Amino acid sequence: MATTSIDRWAENELPWADAPAANRNVADKERHWMLLGGAGLAAYGVLRGGFAGLGAALLGGALMYRGYGGYCPVYQALGIDTCHRGEGADTAVRNGVRVRVNTTVQRPPAEVYRLWRDLENLPRFLKHLESVRVDGDTRSHWIAMGPLDRRVEWDAEIIHERENEMISWRSLPGSEVDSAGSVRLNPAPADRGTEVRIQFNYDPPGGRAGAALAWFFGRAAAQQVKDDLHRFKAFAETGSVPVTDGQPQGPRT
Amino acid sequence: MNALCWYGSSDVQVREVPDPKILEPRDAIVKVTATAICGSDLHIYDGMVPTMEKGDILGHEFMGEVVEVGGGNGKLSVGDRVVVPFNLACGGCFFCHKQLYSLCDNSNPHAEMARKLMGHSPAGLFGYSHLLGGFAGGQAEYVRVPFADVGPIKVPESLSDEQVLFLSDIFPTGYMAADNCGIEPGDTVAVWGCGPVGQFAIKSAWMLGAERVLAIDRVPERLKMAHDHGQAEVIDFSKQDVYGCLMDITAGRGPDRCIDAVGTEAHGTGSIDAVLDKAKSAVYLGTDRPHVLREAIMCCRKGGTISVPGVYFGVLDKVPFGAAMNKGLTFRMGQTHMQRYMEPLLKEIESGAIDPSFVITDRVQLADAPSAYRRFRDKTDGCIKVLMTP
Repeated sequence: MATTSIDRWAENELPWADAPAANRNVADKERHWMLLGGAGLAAYGVLRGGFAGLGAALLGGALMYRGYGGYCPVYQALGIDTCHRGEGADTAVRNGVRVRVNTTVQRPPAEVYRLWRDLENLPRFLKHLESVRVDGDTRSHWIAMGPLDRRVEWDAEIIHERENEMISWRSLPGSEVDSAGSVRLNPAPADRGTEVRIQFNYDPPGGRAGAALAWFFGRAAAQQVKDDLHRFKAFAETGSVPVTDGQPQGPRT
Repeated sequence: MNALCWYGSSDVQVREVPDPKILEPRDAIVKVTATAICGSDLHIYDGMVPTMEKGDILGHEFMGEVVEVGGGNGKLSVGDRVVVPFNLACGGCFFCHKQLYSLCDNSNPHAEMARKLMGHSPAGLFGYSHLLGGFAGGQAEYVRVPFADVGPIKVPESLSDEQVLFLSDIFPTGYMAADNCGIEPGDTVAVWGCGPVGQFAIKSAWMLGAERVLAIDRVPERLKMAHDHGQAEVIDFSKQDVYGCLMDITAGRGPDRCIDAVGTEAHGTGSIDAVLDKAKSAVYLGTDRPHVLREAIMCCRKGGTISVPGVYFGVLDKVPFGAAMNKGLTFRMGQTHMQRYMEPLLKEIESGAIDPSFVITDRVQLADAPSAYRRFRDKTDGCIKVLMTP
């Protein structure tokens, strides 16, 4: 049962009732300005007439649609989400890069949960993690290689967990990287094992200045996480990760 | 060690490379005693396969002696004589459990790359581009074999290399092509392409109970092999109208099962669609040349089966899907689920029911591989299958 708002966010049940929470990526305030501004632009366009007026009216209409629905396809493509800002959490994830990946692992949920929960073991298959050090029941220190080979470190705490079902975490205030996310496990149908769904938001290093590069980090980060998740699945199912680094090849020229 | 490396279209070279090492506990290192050039290697040779890099070691049909075993491999021992399947399977994923080994989830380190092109990644292959894993291949003196407790099978000393080598690819491939047909009593099976895979498909169709087997090609040596060894009735498509012939032979019904053992580099002779295919490839409007697939769809009897072992990579243009849909055709295809077929087919060889060495026409040293590739591609001097020894 969800209690705090961070729980609800982590479990994808958001406080407001209208649009499907998963689709929203435009913050409320921004939406109101979109609606007003869009309406104004549309009205102007209609009154002006001509091609320019048509253009303005269409643009205004688009802005109104975006404002009403709370979903912007351009933001989606750029991986920007101004809507989910870690409600109720001490850590604000501004202009967050949002990553959502999933996989199905041919192992029972209890086994998958055990592999994830053993945080210090994660670098064995999550290649972009250099190390994880557990500092207590819920706290840990993480070091990772981000996009562009940039090394990042942060402290995190597990804020909620249900055995064999989910773990949600957030980075601690003052961390180099603001992030919050969750791993959710569901039994897959029939004999297919466990569905693993990971979602997290993070602030690229550089904070607001980095927001302009958010789309790049988002794409690169999502790809890294997908690769790592594929390695996790191979590790869980076979005990090792498929590699070719170190094999022979002819000279490249 | 010496290995055959790819350096561009029509450019393969034998180069000195480092010996392979054990990288994962389930690995084994195999000293290659025999290897071969596959028809699908020609797609690489012709530059049709994306994500190849200069220096990549080719070859996916190989066998030999185990010389080193990783600590996690409980099945093989040093000294074992093994045939290694061309694709890699982990044994632990959904697809391996269902015996769909060529769809293994975990044997392609570049799965996410393949996912972009195909939606999901198939299993990794030896020596067949980085999209499909980038594993160093077996046209070399030594090979590192990952998941070596799942793939390789041990073979008895009583059988020669030539008799068992083709368990590594083409015999199970031809067999699965025929198996996929779902042959029923009275069936006529038509096989397009009388290369080595087609030859084994022909033999396998008989093994699986076909009533009649028809073979379609234009190269005289291949038609002769299909007739002499395969007991097939042959059709030379450069001289005869294939549709007309097939309707004559089957009294208007069409063949019940059709096998496309040609794939992406089909050569039609002068038919409009084949000429257009070549033109389209030249200007990148289409990537593959599905001349055989079109013909098989038109010729196949209603409610019949089209079985596709022939390799395709990209997108097809102008395939008569309307004909296929309205005729209620079944399509079955895929890379071979090797680990399902290797042991049963080894038994067939041991019992004397088949001697796969009949397809070999050329025997060369690995050092002569570059000229062998050219001969194989151009089908010079009746070249049908090249065996290589390092």
